[in-house]
Amino acid sequence: MLRYLFKRLLTLIPLLFGITLISFMVIHLAPGEPTDIQTQMNPQAGTELQERLRIQYGLDQPLHVQYGKWLSQLVQLDFGESFATDRRPVFDKVVERLPVTMLLNVLSILLILAVSIPLGIASAVRRNSGFDRVTTMLVFAGFAMPSFWLALLLMDWFGVRLGLLPISGLKSLGYEYLSWSGQLFDRLAHLVLPVFVSALGGVAGFSRYMRSNMLEVVRQDYILTARAKGLSEKTVIYKHALRNALLPVITILGLSVPGLIGGSVIFETIFAIPGMGKLFYDGVMMRDYPLIMGILVMGAVLTLLGNLLADISYAIADPRIRHGQQEG
Amino acid sequence: MRSIFIGAVFLLFSLSACDNLQEAGLPGVEKVLTPEYGDTFIEASIGDASILLPVLASDSASSDINGLLYNGLVRYDKNLVPEGELAESWEISADNLTITFHLRKGVKWHDGAPFTSADVKFNYELYVDPKTPTAYAESFKQVTRVETPDPYTFVAHYEKPYAPALISWGMSVHPKHLLAGQEVTKSSLARKPIGTGPYKLADWQAGEKIVLEANPDYFEGQPYIKRVVYRIIPDISTQFLELQTGSLDFMGLAPLQFDRQTDTPAFRRLYNKFRYLNFGYTYLGYNLNRPLFQDKKVRQALAYAINKEELIEGVLLGYGAVATGPYKPDTWVHNADVPRYDYSPEKARELLQSAGWTDSDGDGVLDKDGRKFAFTIVTNQGNDLRSKTGEIIQRRFKDVGVEVKLRVIEWATFLKEFINPGNFDATILGWTGGPEPDQFNIWHSSKIGPRQLNFIGFKNAEVDQLLEEGRRVFPPQQRKAYYDRFQEILAEEQPYTFLYIPEALPAVSKRFRRVEPAPAGIRYNFTQWFVPAAEQKYSR
Repeated sequence: MLRYLFKRLLTLIPLLFGITLISFMVIHLAPGEPTDIQTQMNPQAGTELQERLRIQYGLDQPLHVQYGKWLSQLVQLDFGESFATDRRPVFDKVVERLPVTMLLNVLSILLILAVSIPLGIASAVRRNSGFDRVTTMLVFAGFAMPSFWLALLLMDWFGVRLGLLPISGLKSLGYEYLSWSGQLFDRLAHLVLPVFVSALGGVAGFSRYMRSNMLEVVRQDYILTARAKGLSEKTVIYKHALRNALLPVITILGLSVPGLIGGSVIFETIFAIPGMGKLFYDGVMMRDYPLIMGILVMGAVLTLLGNLLADISYAIADPRIRHGQQEG
Repeated sequence: MRSIFIGAVFLLFSLSACDNLQEAGLPGVEKVLTPEYGDTFIEASIGDASILLPVLASDSASSDINGLLYNGLVRYDKNLVPEGELAESWEISADNLTITFHLRKGVKWHDGAPFTSADVKFNYELYVDPKTPTAYAESFKQVTRVETPDPYTFVAHYEKPYAPALISWGMSVHPKHLLAGQEVTKSSLARKPIGTGPYKLADWQAGEKIVLEANPDYFEGQPYIKRVVYRIIPDISTQFLELQTGSLDFMGLAPLQFDRQTDTPAFRRLYNKFRYLNFGYTYLGYNLNRPLFQDKKVRQALAYAINKEELIEGVLLGYGAVATGPYKPDTWVHNADVPRYDYSPEKARELLQSAGWTDSDGDGVLDKDGRKFAFTIVTNQGNDLRSKTGEIIQRRFKDVGVEVKLRVIEWATFLKEFINPGNFDATILGWTGGPEPDQFNIWHSSKIGPRQLNFIGFKNAEVDQLLEEGRRVFPPQQRKAYYDRFQEILAEEQPYTFLYIPEALPAVSKRFRRVEPAPAGIRYNFTQWFVPAAEQKYSR
């Protein structure tokens, strides 16, 4: 097992290298340069500023030199400095935004799991019942609903009309003066709408997935055997069927690891949440190459690790895979 | 989608706006109250500030905040006449080549260090230092030499008279004792600014909010409002929802919000609305290097074919004015007697015909020598007003037999692939200006090079001369002669079809008193605004 792990980790290195090379080339292929955006259409700027900035950013050098420089910084875990006018280290900019994004994503994944697993099982067990039909309909409605539209409606309803929840942001204005419990409550109140809206699409997809998994498993012979043994329906479903139906969930969870640091621009913009989505989007719009590359690399590392993690947990959870490997 | 740099930004100073028509009751009409200290002013910004060092900042969020943290030597007063800020007074020599500033005494930086002429000299050197990547060096490059005969006198010498010189010293002054001998791009002041301004930075939570606190030692007296909070809310709809709950005190409204969504009793109880013309206009610019647009008659015909009133009605819901040239109608430099091109498809067709464009094959599109009159208008993505304008123009051009395609392109690509290589037929863009009428960089034929502002390739010897002379003369009455003629030529030549000037539509919470609209807008006397103690909302 350890050898397998080591081998897998080693193969990640060339993979990561390839990813950075391709990303670097692709973002430089996009037309436009950060220096254009910063200096153009400004009568006070003058054209020599453009050249000066290109030299300061190292954009005057050939692409392979730029890549080499960037890569040699990266292996020392230095993500470089942003091309934005503030020129702050990319790492600082990312770290500043990461906790909020991760908190939101973790909460939203937990909500998705908490809601969609029972929902999926229930619809599978009562397949084609009235309950199944209604949830199917609601789930598809949730899936189809544009999240920005729903967000605005909820903000208007709960924030403006009812005045129950804050509309946007992460904290109220007087947050610093609140008691410990007041602060916690304030934070939670700000999270209700964003978590709900961001989880909605996930619930829709995931409960469908859960339902079909469950249906698949219930058809298997061993479930028939369990029923034939005279086990109660409860035991059959929750002990025998559910465990097997949950296996593919591991893969999904593994794949959602890189999603933890990603955010949605639309969603963050509407709720005024300073998250990764907006950071990345603004970076792309400004052609802030070091920032874009930094976020891409972090995302790539997490994707690769997430996949690895999913494979390993799969092996631990599923004896078929574990044994198959030892034989092979 | 946002954009702090929506389209063409031309940030001279963060001073803006002019000529106020107030919508709701004047706050000043009620009985005069003695100003009281306290309360918080909360406004929303669509983007976070990027850097609080004015020399490096180029986004509007940073400029707004820097305006409260720093001072210049001079500024525009409420009537847009230059007045002293850090300078108490100044003299301009008889030959217009030397400006002597007498600085205020007793001014302190936020950290307590005294402000002297050494700071001003250092500041000048900082702006013109080739290592400083600043977007504001051009006007200081006209200076040949500076002197500091004593700690409170600063002298700037020019080689040629330069009319925008005085107001160019309104650029923010940076502290020498904290910046000298350092690389300005690495300075910690970028996030912990030290200025001389009425407010100090109290807290900055990236992407969330920026809090400023009144400077008790401000040289014009402590501002009445104790705190200013900028909440970063990138979405205008969200800002508007926050405004409706009363959690914002100020917001620039969109025409739709101003017109249709703020006419409720609840809103009127909380806010005063104001409207006044912005400094800035939207135009349709023709690439004069394209054979299609080289005939003046064609450009004039296209101007006749556009119904500008319809654009203002359709795009701005009526909150704007027709533009006839680069200056807005309520400024001293504006020339009202230039040729106007009131909507007339008949005249457009006549002019096109006299230029040789007829519909010989009867397909509804004009042609000449076997070539169809068809072209593409490009504009940047993220500015809804411009793409709507383009659609309406497209329809009107079709009426006169001109086939137009509209392309909306992301800003960076737009610059790199279309504007810089001159690879476009016509473009809808806008300029934002200020009270200073100098338009040298936009219209002079020396500015047609790559990445320069005369990207439509306008070359006119008389305009060149007028622009050169206009910036060498100081008294406004004398300058006006040059700029009047300049506006006449532009109107005659129609290198741009000037379309409209949008209005600023701010809403301000009624708690705040002394909000007095003036040609300079409403924010010029912000340090004088106050909230009567009984109405103060935020005690801490």
